[in-house]
Amino acid sequence: MEASAPAHPAPASSSPGRASERTRSERRLAWMLCAPAVVAMLAVTAYPIGYAIALSVQEVDLRFPDQGGFVGLDNYRAVLTSDLWWTDIFNTVFILVTTVAIELVLGMAIALVMHRAIFGRGAVRTAVLIPYGIITVVAAFAWQFAFAPETGFVNNLPLVSDEMDWFGGRFSSFAVIIMAEVWKTTPFMALLLLAGLVTIDGQLYEAAKVDGANAWQRFTRITLPLMKPAILVALLFRSLDAFRVFDTIFIMTRGAQDTESVSILGFNQLISRLNLGLGSAVSVLIFFCVFLIAFLFVKGLGARVEEGRPGG
Amino acid sequence: MAEIELDGVSKVFDDGYEAVKDMDLEIRDGEFMILVGPSGCGKSTALRMIAGLEDITRGELRIGGQVVNDLAPKDRDVAMVFQNYALYPHMTVRENMGFSLQLAGVDKAEINRKVEEAARILDLSDHLDRKPANLSGGQRQRVAMGRAIVRDPKAFLLDEPLSNLDAKLRVQMRTELARLQSKLETTTVYVTHDQTEAMTLGDRVAVMRAGVLQQVGTPGELYDDPRNLFVAGFIGSPAMNFMPAEVSDGRVKLPIGEVALGEQDGGAVPSGRVVAGLRPEHFEDASLVGDELKRERGIEFEAEIDLVESLGSDLYAYFRIASEGIESEQLADLVNESIGETGAANLVEGEEQIVARLEPASKVRRRERARLWVDASRLHLFDPESGENLSRGGAGVGAAV
Amino acid sequence: MRRGTSEYALWSIGIVLVLVFALIPVLWLVSLSLKPPDAITDQRFIPAEVSFDNYKSLFEGGIGDSPFIKPLINSLGIALITTLVAITLASFTAYAIARLEFPGKRLILAGALAIAMFPPISTVGPLFDMWRSIGLYDTWPGLIIPYLTFSLPLAIYVLVAFFREIPWELEQAAQVDGATPFQAFRKVIVPLAAPGVFTAAILVFIFAWNDFLFAISLTSSDASRTVPAALAFFTGESSFTQPTGSISAAAVVVTVPIIVFVLVFQRRIVAGLTSGAVKG
Repeated sequence: MEASAPAHPAPASSSPGRASERTRSERRLAWMLCAPAVVAMLAVTAYPIGYAIALSVQEVDLRFPDQGGFVGLDNYRAVLTSDLWWTDIFNTVFILVTTVAIELVLGMAIALVMHRAIFGRGAVRTAVLIPYGIITVVAAFAWQFAFAPETGFVNNLPLVSDEMDWFGGRFSSFAVIIMAEVWKTTPFMALLLLAGLVTIDGQLYEAAKVDGANAWQRFTRITLPLMKPAILVALLFRSLDAFRVFDTIFIMTRGAQDTESVSILGFNQLISRLNLGLGSAVSVLIFFCVFLIAFLFVKGLGARVEEGRPGG
Repeated sequence: MAEIELDGVSKVFDDGYEAVKDMDLEIRDGEFMILVGPSGCGKSTALRMIAGLEDITRGELRIGGQVVNDLAPKDRDVAMVFQNYALYPHMTVRENMGFSLQLAGVDKAEINRKVEEAARILDLSDHLDRKPANLSGGQRQRVAMGRAIVRDPKAFLLDEPLSNLDAKLRVQMRTELARLQSKLETTTVYVTHDQTEAMTLGDRVAVMRAGVLQQVGTPGELYDDPRNLFVAGFIGSPAMNFMPAEVSDGRVKLPIGEVALGEQDGGAVPSGRVVAGLRPEHFEDASLVGDELKRERGIEFEAEIDLVESLGSDLYAYFRIASEGIESEQLADLVNESIGETGAANLVEGEEQIVARLEPASKVRRRERARLWVDASRLHLFDPESGENLSRGGAGVGAAV
Repeated sequence: MRRGTSEYALWSIGIVLVLVFALIPVLWLVSLSLKPPDAITDQRFIPAEVSFDNYKSLFEGGIGDSPFIKPLINSLGIALITTLVAITLASFTAYAIARLEFPGKRLILAGALAIAMFPPISTVGPLFDMWRSIGLYDTWPGLIIPYLTFSLPLAIYVLVAFFREIPWELEQAAQVDGATPFQAFRKVIVPLAAPGVFTAAILVFIFAWNDFLFAISLTSSDASRTVPAALAFFTGESSFTQPTGSISAAAVVVTVPIIVFVLVFQRRIVAGLTSGAVKG
């Protein structure tokens, strides 16, 4: 129901002259097309995060619905002064650093195999996607059963002690958790790195060969420097993912043996103990940590995210 | 600096494709050798085998007398300039040029000295600290050259280094390259598909076709004395004109006239059906040719001019002659390769198109009949099946009837 | 090639290593699932004896009592619906971003990226509370909505990358050739867009199928509990033993289709995952 164009142009418009009718209807169409998706995305993120912040400054415990009210930063104080929180931060960062480091090396190796494979590309691709497609919980169970004292086959292996109680100790539990996480997500890392590998011109390697570089030198002086952007993006996405580790730990130890991660802490507070106030404070703090990591990568290391991708 | 010898060198790829067949070539120390031929003829493969980027299936490759078949590229002490330059995008010009020296463990001061010297020769001194992405095509090409020069290798191997430059720059760089090579006196092997480049740059030129070396010689030798139809038609621009002819009773019958067959220096005497070749520059407007010359040798004939191209310094006249067509593999190759590029013969049923290069003073005009003359002593006769030049070792043919 | 055989040997070893790396846990699960219940603790990688008891016990009791059938149905239904809705919404958005000019394009893409980096745990609390008040707790929509939110960024990025590659002038060419706009769209654009849409759908499906956090937080019974959540609550023969056998069998049942799927579509999936990593 647009009124037909008036004889005089609209005053002080931001674009030179009036935007044409065509442009405006195009814009309207575009916004209409985007609206449903945008609403869906915001509804579950913008609103809840606001709600979470609101909850975090109140005392809300669903077991005691009558108590409640604004408590300011008390919840935050409680979390930040608790040993458990800091232990969990340590655990989470520990897992993050070890898994991402291992995945980078393994993923690079797999990416190289995928790139230079003369044959069997399909087999390698499939092999690489199976960990991606498997449910994380299923993978966690597989690894857990492998290392479990009674049922697992690992203790039967030649170099492993028969009585090793993997889930009885902190760092042995971490070992299994890390192995499972690395298994699950290395393929994705390999794919991200592969995308970077294929952009390198093959002739550069030939020129380097003629210049006198051996295979290792070609890798360190040509491949790695040229892959820096892809590596940074891969590290960024994997770090963000790794910080949110939940499924694997939940299945394997439920957080016992001091292996709890911050996400499990949040879950315990919110869903098990129904303490929404405290749990929300934990959630908000987790959000800030993730934001901090992203900030460090983009600003500090210069990861160029438009060339990267989300998901995984 | 060293000589390079290919001794029966062949390359067969995994799928059975034979890219280079039994190639024998001797490149002298300090020589500028050109490998030229249509795409797919094996010239780049041959170059890459010399570099060590392709394995040699059969035969021996010797550099400086040493058999290098199994040596890695870096141990052969050769430098290569790639068609797309292959400059390391993340390194500056200085680092690009110094990379090989750095890998060899040369100390920094020495590297700097050599890089700066090469930069001076190539006029790159102002660009040493820039990255390839910020350079023009011509500058990048020079950096690629610099990378090779800095190493002072036994040989330079260049793979179509000028083909990515625009026409004007290409001509400029050609002269630069020639000058550079004669100054440095390094053995150079240069691959190109452009016969003009081959003719102007090389000390000697090796023409290849379908993996087989056709002929090696100086540009003059290839031009005057081509060994077969392919070489004759490949070298020279516009290309040689071909027409069917018949030899009998010591006479050559061409669509445009007859000549006596000249003396042959040994070898087979051509007879029966042959392919006759005449270069455009050996035609002339009959009115501009002295009577004596006309009588002595050559054929005078009449033709209707289809097209006239006036270049100021030359005049190109296109006309058609009647012919039953020629069946020749080598000719087919040439036609495929150069259609559009030169006035190569178009094998239309019953007709042959001929290009003649005339003096600019000629008055021939389009759609008019003209009297033309061709120097029959420059006639080449080729065997239609093998393409072999039947009239070698002699001037060819004698006076017109 | 003189280097040929040793190169082949090296790459073959590399490929075998990668295959072994990928398959060992899967094979282990298959092995466990095929072990008769009393042999479950024999610690052997390859079962001495093969039995299908574990599989039988999964499906015993039909829809009502079996611990597995209802969650399977829930997973399938929720994942399929999520995929359909997500792809539809993402297609509209990606079409707009790839084809039309409007302010806010960058913002939407940046926002999508931000959401992908978002820790879901931070939304679990509020959602738990909100769903309980609205009555979406322990329902299919209760899971579908958060799944939509977190899979849309992925779908949008993949689809934008694919749509940018489509030569849209073909649509106009078809119209000049005599097709109506709808025919042009159907016969020219749809076939070109199909691979991208299909790929995005696969990725969304895998995402929804895989989720654990929301599944255990926002459900409490078989009404909408999906397989990952159900697996965590499987009961064993006694309350002290873990139902290793049945969990393994259930795991195999949900994994084998994925493997077949991946095998058939591996080229597409890799293309989709790496497409966003390539500029434009």
